[in-house]
Amino acid sequence: MLQESKAVMEMLTVETARTWLSLFIGKLETNEKNLNALDGSIGDGDHGTNMLRGANELKAKLAEDMQIGLSDLFKIAGMSFIKKTGGAAGLLYGQAFLNMSQSLQEGDDLLGSLANGLEGIQKIGQAELREKTLVDVWAPVMEDIRNQRLSLDRINAHVTSTKEFQAKKGRAAYVAEQLNGHIDPGAASCGYFFEAMLEAGVYDE
Amino acid sequence: MMSEQYGILLVSHVAELADGLVRLLEQAAKDITVQAVGGTEDGGIGTSFDKIMAALNEMQEPEILAFYDLGSAKMNLELVSEMTEKKLWICDAAFVEGAYLTAALLQADTPYEKIREQLQDLYVK
Repeated sequence: MLQESKAVMEMLTVETARTWLSLFIGKLETNEKNLNALDGSIGDGDHGTNMLRGANELKAKLAEDMQIGLSDLFKIAGMSFIKKTGGAAGLLYGQAFLNMSQSLQEGDDLLGSLANGLEGIQKIGQAELREKTLVDVWAPVMEDIRNQRLSLDRINAHVTSTKEFQAKKGRAAYVAEQLNGHIDPGAASCGYFFEAMLEAGVYDE
Repeated sequence: MMSEQYGILLVSHVAELADGLVRLLEQAAKDITVQAVGGTEDGGIGTSFDKIMAALNEMQEPEILAFYDLGSAKMNLELVSEMTEKKLWICDAAFVEGAYLTAALLQADTPYEKIREQLQDLYVK
């Protein structure tokens, strides 16, 4: 078991992490309108556009410097999303990435850094499970990695599961009942983040 | 003097909302620094970490009571509070009422602890 989790860790290198973030940026570009549409149910409809602002900043920073280390990659990602998105989600991703960066600096593996990332999200968002947020994707994905069963289907199932939950956080909470049956936009973008992780080969079964 | 120790920071998703609230507060507290910041860097609706940090840094007072409208404003304030040397107290009171009460109490030299106590009744978040 110990050896297997070590094998997972070794897949998280500066190269795979760079691919991971680049694929995530690509998915945010492709799905800007989808995310806006999901967010439209509560009125402002800007989750895709906001996330893309952070993604574009990160893309520019990645292109500027090809020699960034693993921990710094996530630090730059964190500051890009914090500074440029303008919405709550960008701050949650930003704090998650900053926490991941700190963990990686201290030599943590993929799971350890994701756990610290989740802590960052929950610290500033104060969301628990089943409250229709990105926590509903992030936490079960970690559980899947721990149990070595993460797949695209599992990620999609976690994203879709937010249809069933009632929103308790953010502006969505004001119209919680009307949102029953809707996928949470933050959970959807979080799904893209972990799809990108799979595709980048960071995690390998 | 209270006014040299404490200032008020208003963070809104819309610049005009924060600016308008400053006008209201100035009426009740002419000697208190009230700083407003709102909107994203490109003037859109939202909040900006950089703009909030810059607004905070412009203030001379070492201790700041911050009021905000919606969720991401609070999250940005929390991130800023981790990266500033100032003592930043983020208040979950109703935006207009909480800030107004605080301004009036600061103007009347009310001790900080008493202000916090009175704000309890205005918590809505």
